[in-house]
Amino acid sequence: MNSYKIIEHEYDVVVLGAGGAGLRAAVGLSEAGLKTACISKVFPTRSHTSAAQGGISAALGNMGEDDWRWHMYDTVKGSDWLGDQDCIEYLCKEAPRAVLELERYGVPFSRTKDGKIYQRPFGGMTKNYGNETVQRTCAAADRTGHAILHTMYGQALKHNTEFFIEYFALDLLMKNGECKGLIAWNLNDGTIHRFRAHITIIATGGYGKTYYSSTSAHTCTGDGNAMVLRAGLPLQDMEFVQFHPTGIYGHGTLISEGVRGEGGYLLNSKGERFMERYAPKAKDLASRDVVSRSIALEINEGRGVGKEKDHVHLHLNHLDPKVIEERLPGISESSRLFADVDVTKEPIPVVPTVHYNMGGIPTNYKAEVMTVNGSEKIVPGLMAIGEAACVSVHGANRLGSNSLIDLVVFGRAAAKRAAELVKPGTPHEKISNSETDKCLERFEKLRNSNGDNRTADLRLEMQKTMQSKCAVFRTEKTLKEGVEEIRKPYEGMESISVKDKSLIFNTDLVETLEFDNLIRQAIVTLDSAYERKESRGAHAREDHPKRDDNNFMKHTLSWCEGSKTKISYRDVHRSTLSNDVQYFPPQERVY
Amino acid sequence: MVQINLPPNSKVQKGKYYKDKTGSKNIRKVNIYRWDPSNDENPRIDTYEVDMDNCPSKVLDLLNKIKNEIDSSIAYRRSCAHGVCGSCAMNMDGKNGLACTKPHKEIKGDINIYPLPHLKVQKDLIGDLSTLYKQYESVEPWLKNSKKNDDKENLQSIEDRSKLDGLYECIMCACCSTSCPSYWWNGDKYLGPAVLLQAYRWIIDSRDEERKERLKKVADELKLYRCHTIMNCTNACPKGLNPAKAIASIKKMLATS
Repeated sequence: MNSYKIIEHEYDVVVLGAGGAGLRAAVGLSEAGLKTACISKVFPTRSHTSAAQGGISAALGNMGEDDWRWHMYDTVKGSDWLGDQDCIEYLCKEAPRAVLELERYGVPFSRTKDGKIYQRPFGGMTKNYGNETVQRTCAAADRTGHAILHTMYGQALKHNTEFFIEYFALDLLMKNGECKGLIAWNLNDGTIHRFRAHITIIATGGYGKTYYSSTSAHTCTGDGNAMVLRAGLPLQDMEFVQFHPTGIYGHGTLISEGVRGEGGYLLNSKGERFMERYAPKAKDLASRDVVSRSIALEINEGRGVGKEKDHVHLHLNHLDPKVIEERLPGISESSRLFADVDVTKEPIPVVPTVHYNMGGIPTNYKAEVMTVNGSEKIVPGLMAIGEAACVSVHGANRLGSNSLIDLVVFGRAAAKRAAELVKPGTPHEKISNSETDKCLERFEKLRNSNGDNRTADLRLEMQKTMQSKCAVFRTEKTLKEGVEEIRKPYEGMESISVKDKSLIFNTDLVETLEFDNLIRQAIVTLDSAYERKESRGAHAREDHPKRDDNNFMKHTLSWCEGSKTKISYRDVHRSTLSNDVQYFPPQERVY
Repeated sequence: MVQINLPPNSKVQKGKYYKDKTGSKNIRKVNIYRWDPSNDENPRIDTYEVDMDNCPSKVLDLLNKIKNEIDSSIAYRRSCAHGVCGSCAMNMDGKNGLACTKPHKEIKGDINIYPLPHLKVQKDLIGDLSTLYKQYESVEPWLKNSKKNDDKENLQSIEDRSKLDGLYECIMCACCSTSCPSYWWNGDKYLGPAVLLQAYRWIIDSRDEERKERLKKVADELKLYRCHTIMNCTNACPKGLNPAKAIASIKKMLATS
């Protein structure tokens, strides 16, 4: 049916994505002697891990007493009890070792006077089960993600990882419910490649670009998530979208929580430190969902700043300029470039901005992908890590600096599990061409489409719908409208137009394929949000303002075929992994 | 006299002209280098009239506007849109920089956008950086330290750590190397400012145990000493780093060791 020449590859394991998680997995796999390919649509150091600023959490105790159990409690509480506590235990217990490993890889962490890794306070991170602020977030100034990503790429080079760079993945190869590899398009020369693998690890990051205003890169289109949906598998907890409290007003550039960690604070138009009202104890360092809601309330009640009274001010001009220069140089640069602000003299105009997807591909703590069919079932041959995965350690709301640690802890866990499951050099069984044909049919159809709708217009329609109907505060009415409206840009794809028909660096087609990926995730996000009739973490329903543990202490699973979705649930894991720590039963969540 | 001309298929021709359709009174002309490897046509300069009343401030916003509203076929790399990933490095108004941080109001007259100079063009504004990436690999950009202690970090004083400032921030956008005449001429052998800055980042890291070997490795007539202190690199760096100084530091270390 198609004329594409297909280039075949055989690997023990294929990693899709070369951000912090993908690279950490690739390094571990190479160390284990598994023949590994790492495929990425951008050169590894261009991945969005580079944009992480504030730091990476681990109870090292370099700045005073700390305990991984306290970190675990904070993460459980931050998740609003939607996180699986067995997985959270694994994350927090493994965290210190993972950070020390990064240091020995060469990450240029900032230092304390005695030469140890510097740690700063961050939102929701506390001592002794919520009692007082702790300094747990390890930092390389305010460029921690950049420093980690570049160091991890160096490690991958050291381990001779085989990279396939500027390859755009199209679909998974599935056979009888097992993953057998994937199909990708080489943008450099226009060829199609079939990668056979005993295990495929998805590390494609989040899908922030479903929204109009986000801190996400243009490339954050959740390609792996969409591949999973097209393979007939579910995504989990997609309604939980984190709004970072401090994106630069009008541009969306991230201003790290590290600013508040170092002593910065928020002010409304009356000059009030309003966070004192919403979170008397933690104040500006309450968890992100709480701070974002507080800002939204201040703006809704007319106390926003600016001509439109639609944002607030973040002050750090009271801090010692030396501290700013040493610990927050990156955000000083961003503020100058994107808000025309000198942070040593003026406040930064900020507004809650879409930042992170707690939802994603459901996995267990070994990074194995799960589905539900009566009970939890593992999908053989498929793993997911990083923001693409929903382990779930972040539950309904992720704490700042818990994402970078998630990348390296579960990147390592995936490699370890793969090494247990696969014997190097195991031959590949035959698969039919039907999956490949189906995949290339979609590719061919989009490539040759000559309709009336521009991809950019459909994408904008989707982004505006998500921005207005699935925001910080949600109601039955807005969600219902959203559920209907979001299907219009999907239907618009029937008459989409792609002007460039070539195969080499056809970014017109890339953006169209990315839109095809985004719109499916937007649909399941809205449908999942509509069905969850409670408020929990980042999902705040004005018509259901309370958390409902009786009916909703469960993960949402959403399948999607065309624009039709199926929603189902699985229970939150209510036990820990070991006896080292006790299960934390649900409590009221106050900061 | 020998006549030296570009081969006929390399001559840049006048391309298409896209007239404004919005009726805006605030129009700027944007000239963009175009080349499609999948046909035999010469490179060309397409011109777009853009409504500046509805365009955010950076050159990348301008390019996105053209791609979204006028001509979706134009190809360029972009990702983070705030100067940390290094994807959208290109030549704007004759100077290398990141499109996402360069304000278009700083450019007078027509806005001319080209790929980074002296790279093999892959399509439109996308240049081939594979040589630079291989050179980066050649400096072995990872920590070499034989201590095997899983429970402890290497200690590093605040002072030693500060020696990495101005180096570790490099985003490998290649603005510096592709602005360097010496790299244009000997790009296959001379490592160039981006890679030498990275080499120095590991040479000067107090945790690294192979400083001598690293220095020896770059101490080469071509790899290092093709730097003639032209300083274009430092001028070009969109992150405000100083590759020329890093190169000078390597030379100094070699001279005094």
